Amino acid sequence: MKRLMPLVSIAVVMGLASLAQSALNDYYQRILAVIAINVILAVSLNLTNGYSGDFSLGHAAFMAIGAYTSAILTLPVRTKAVVLPDLPPWLSQVELPFILAPLISGGLAALVAFIVGLPVLRLRGHYLAVATLGLMVIVQVIALNWQPFTRGARGINGLPPFTTVLWAYGWMLITIAVIWRIVHSSFGRAMMAVREDELAAACRGVPIFRTRLLAFVCGAFFASIAGALWAHLITAITPSSFSFLITFNVVAMVVIGGSGSITGSVIGAVLMTLLPELLRRLETALAIGGQPLYGLSQIVIALMMLGVMLFRPQGLMGRRELPEVLALIGTGSTTHSPHVNTTSEKTA
Amino acid sequence: MVTPSYIAQQLINALNIGSIYALVAIGLTVVYGILRLINFAHGDMMTIGAYVALTAVTALAMPAVAALLVAMLVVSALGVLIERLAYRPLRGAPEVAMLITSLAISSLIENGATMTLTAQPRPVRLAAELTQRVNALGLSFAVMDVLIIVLAVGLMIALTLFVRRTTLGIAMRACSENVRITQLMGINVNRVIAVAFAISAGLAAAAGVLWTGKFGIVDPFTGFLPGLKAFVAAVIGGIGNIPGAMLGGYLLGFAEVFFVAFMPPEVSGYRDAFVFVLLLVVLLVRPTGLLGAHEVNRA
Repeated sequence: MKRLMPLVSIAVVMGLASLAQSALNDYYQRILAVIAINVILAVSLNLTNGYSGDFSLGHAAFMAIGAYTSAILTLPVRTKAVVLPDLPPWLSQVELPFILAPLISGGLAALVAFIVGLPVLRLRGHYLAVATLGLMVIVQVIALNWQPFTRGARGINGLPPFTTVLWAYGWMLITIAVIWRIVHSSFGRAMMAVREDELAAACRGVPIFRTRLLAFVCGAFFASIAGALWAHLITAITPSSFSFLITFNVVAMVVIGGSGSITGSVIGAVLMTLLPELLRRLETALAIGGQPLYGLSQIVIALMMLGVMLFRPQGLMGRRELPEVLALIGTGSTTHSPHVNTTSEKTA
Repeated sequence: MVTPSYIAQQLINALNIGSIYALVAIGLTVVYGILRLINFAHGDMMTIGAYVALTAVTALAMPAVAALLVAMLVVSALGVLIERLAYRPLRGAPEVAMLITSLAISSLIENGATMTLTAQPRPVRLAAELTQRVNALGLSFAVMDVLIIVLAVGLMIALTLFVRRTTLGIAMRACSENVRITQLMGINVNRVIAVAFAISAGLAAAAGVLWTGKFGIVDPFTGFLPGLKAFVAAVIGGIGNIPGAMLGGYLLGFAEVFFVAFMPPEVSGYRDAFVFVLLLVVLLVRPTGLLGAHEVNRA
């Protein structure tokens, strides 16, 4: 029974997703899809920020790469001739199906992450945070200036609306499954070893740099897929879609959910998608003197982040995962899964 | 196109931007030196300073100089308050904790300003005399341009004297060497950190007033990018090192202005990307910056 649990939950999620797709109206479908995309973003950011201990602020950069790549690859040839007339011929004649485009965008982002990671991951801590933030600015500036490929500030609109609830949840499950396997493999344990004590890990023969680089590249791959899904959900992308705000919100999901817990990232992503959505309605409903309170939802996110940092720095889940929590509830005992480094809870 | 007067014009421009980057970078470096905190909310102190000065000028009809002083005082107090409420409880926590907190505070300030003041950019007119253009030596520049350079240099001299000559300044330098040992020497470290935040925020406020005074416009996100670039400046000079921050600020100002002035127009759009590529290069080639001393633990 226990071994069937993952399969059962996958079936349940996909069943619910297809039900939602046929029964709910566009608005709710869109919110559901955004939740799935945010889960992908948060879980993949957790790989670096939570597991390998490299605090990256560059997630929006990879998302942008994914969104633009997928947009250029899937736009119908005839539309492309009008919208992006200056594309090189090998790109302007391409029109890929939606199963391939995110994969290729993911691959491209992974390649970029690899090339950028080689120098950038020589940095640690703050320096890495700012360097990855710099990467985000660089990608944004390129999107703003590389007219033949991105149309600059006008962005690309009229993308085929491929992303459905089913697609989004399918990719979400794949992401969670893959990252779960990564984290619970020997490679995942190497990542955590690097996070806890680099010197000790190196002494035990963990290839430090390769481990950190791989975590970064995997995170970028899935961030890019999330970007592609997002582009085909919203159907219009501009350079400012991938601003610091996105990075900030994904970081908030990971931090609030608990860095180093996939379950935490999922919870964080769901919470941080639904809550601002509800608050956004309040923004216009609570208009004081006819003026909507724009910014309220971001303020609440920021306050929650502050609250978590001050009162529960390890986040809602700490480093626990769902099966452990279930086991705890089930048996009432305090046994921990051997996968999780419980001794390091205090340093979270 | 590239005439001597064009070059001179760009020099003035570079000195202007560089002065402002230097002021902001000093604030970052002073705090980083002691707490190892990259204060992402630092740029937002510029924004608040600009709004305070604007309010003082328009609503209270203050002269520009008084408005500048008021802005610096108010933002200094705010900086101390933020340190007390948000950063002090996190002392001893992992470095990333304070970094995340400063991200949250930055978001709080930006969106707080959006909510209360709207995201609509506002024109900044500090005083009519400041925007007057002067023609001298074949150059044309605004009074504001001169004022920025003079004020920034004045503030930097004052800060240098403070750090070199006063007890508190010496305590500050001691703290950035080693907080724990400074504490053992009987120095009230909390007070030193509070002073560092006051100075940091005050300088950022001054920079914000000058920046918005120069460009004539302010919105809730005005300070974000200059704040980030000032970090680049601080790293170039060697983060934690005050003269380094000044040097880095001017170098970055020159690099940026000359990149835009002498590169073909298709490339000059990549100005912000250029700045961060510069950061990456510096971090990789000389991570301690130009004037930075050794750093025992930069993880």
